[in-house]
Amino acid sequence: MEEVKLHGFWPSPFSHRVIWALKLKGVEYEYIEEDFPNKSELLLKYNPVHKKIPVLVHGGKPIAESLVILEYIEETWPHNPLLPTDAYHKAIARFWIQFGQGKDYFRSFFQESGEEQEKAAKEILEMLKILEEQGLGDKKFFGGDAINLVDIAHGWLPLWFETIQEAVGVKLMEPTTFPRLHAWMLNFVQVDVIKQNLPDRQKLFAHMKNLRDKFVAPTIV
Amino acid sequence: MSNLGEVVLLECWASPFCMRVKIALAEKGVEYEARTEDLYGGKSDLLLTSNPIYKKVPVLLHNGKPLCESTVIVAYIDETWSSPPLLPASAYGRAQAKFWADFIDKKVFDAGYKIWICKGEVPETAKKDFIEILKQLEGALGEKDFFGGDSFGFLDIILIPLTSWFYSIEKFGGFEVKEECPKFSAWMNRCMQRENVVNALPDPKKVYEFVVRFRKMQGIE
Repeated sequence: MEEVKLHGFWPSPFSHRVIWALKLKGVEYEYIEEDFPNKSELLLKYNPVHKKIPVLVHGGKPIAESLVILEYIEETWPHNPLLPTDAYHKAIARFWIQFGQGKDYFRSFFQESGEEQEKAAKEILEMLKILEEQGLGDKKFFGGDAINLVDIAHGWLPLWFETIQEAVGVKLMEPTTFPRLHAWMLNFVQVDVIKQNLPDRQKLFAHMKNLRDKFVAPTIV
Repeated sequence: MSNLGEVVLLECWASPFCMRVKIALAEKGVEYEARTEDLYGGKSDLLLTSNPIYKKVPVLLHNGKPLCESTVIVAYIDETWSSPPLLPASAYGRAQAKFWADFIDKKVFDAGYKIWICKGEVPETAKKDFIEILKQLEGALGEKDFFGGDSFGFLDIILIPLTSWFYSIEKFGGFEVKEECPKFSAWMNRCMQRENVVNALPDPKKVYEFVVRFRKMQGIE
């Protein structure tokens, strides 16, 4: 089998998505920790367009963008499928994988304060409501009885979004307002592969708090 | 190739995202009913029930089952009607195509929008950013005739519809794509030799009239 390497960064939810998928497929890989903000020469060579992690390198060939990497993993190692096999349900899964991704309101919520942050918070709540009611519905996982790529794509909500809310000092996801999502989060982090591959919560909180403080620090004129 | 049932496309003439689906269906020889949404009127009941989350076109209904989001729809079309294949054969090739589709979706329309929505003079940075994005796409194209290689494929389908808005961007931006990015322009011309593309794309001057009208409605003129 050709060599598999993953360039990641320990606090990144995006690198964790790839780790979870590789582990679920039982793929052996070498993990390379990028020392941000000092990006390695290799990373810049492998992802010249975005210069970001994660990058998966398979047999020397790089693939960037975590959601693209997830589909590549699914196609290359098709055992233990993480997407429905019929085209229609696969399309529905892809819709939910993309839902709420890369939205500006998450960045605003984390980096801004006051009115901008409130507006972002409102948009996040709307998005989460739809995700819970229409994406998850009554299922245990987005994938049904077992997790799949949709769960992995939203797998940053436990731990990462939780620590972000703590760092910002605004609690958006209450168990009472999002009971099903909350139950999903608890079930998700109990899945063996997930449980064994999460960053240390305290370390993550410190990292998020540090970033948050930098974003809201008053600019010295 | 069998139609495999009833295919309906909810669309509107100006939307590059709808054009993507039209081209994909035409490439596969799929017969479908196009139902046009009124750009200035209210949204149809069918649109609101088929895409309650985003309430946007395109929506593909295959045997009554709705699918939303243009890249998801195009991938579904490729998987459901297998000939000719739109995505590359290898998993790596498909990952590259999806990476660039993601890049296009994140960057192209917004960069163009920032130019044609400007009140007064368009900042140089906006023009520079747009041209830089096209240059990056030229890099991905390389010496190939199409993004897919020798044959017109998925990535060409994702990108070419956005070029129907370039005349408007050029008029407001005060530059020409064929001068700034000749390779990109040559690729555009190759695509416009194809009947399925010509049939799906509106006259760029008609798009320009729409943009002018839109700007007036927003109180920009």
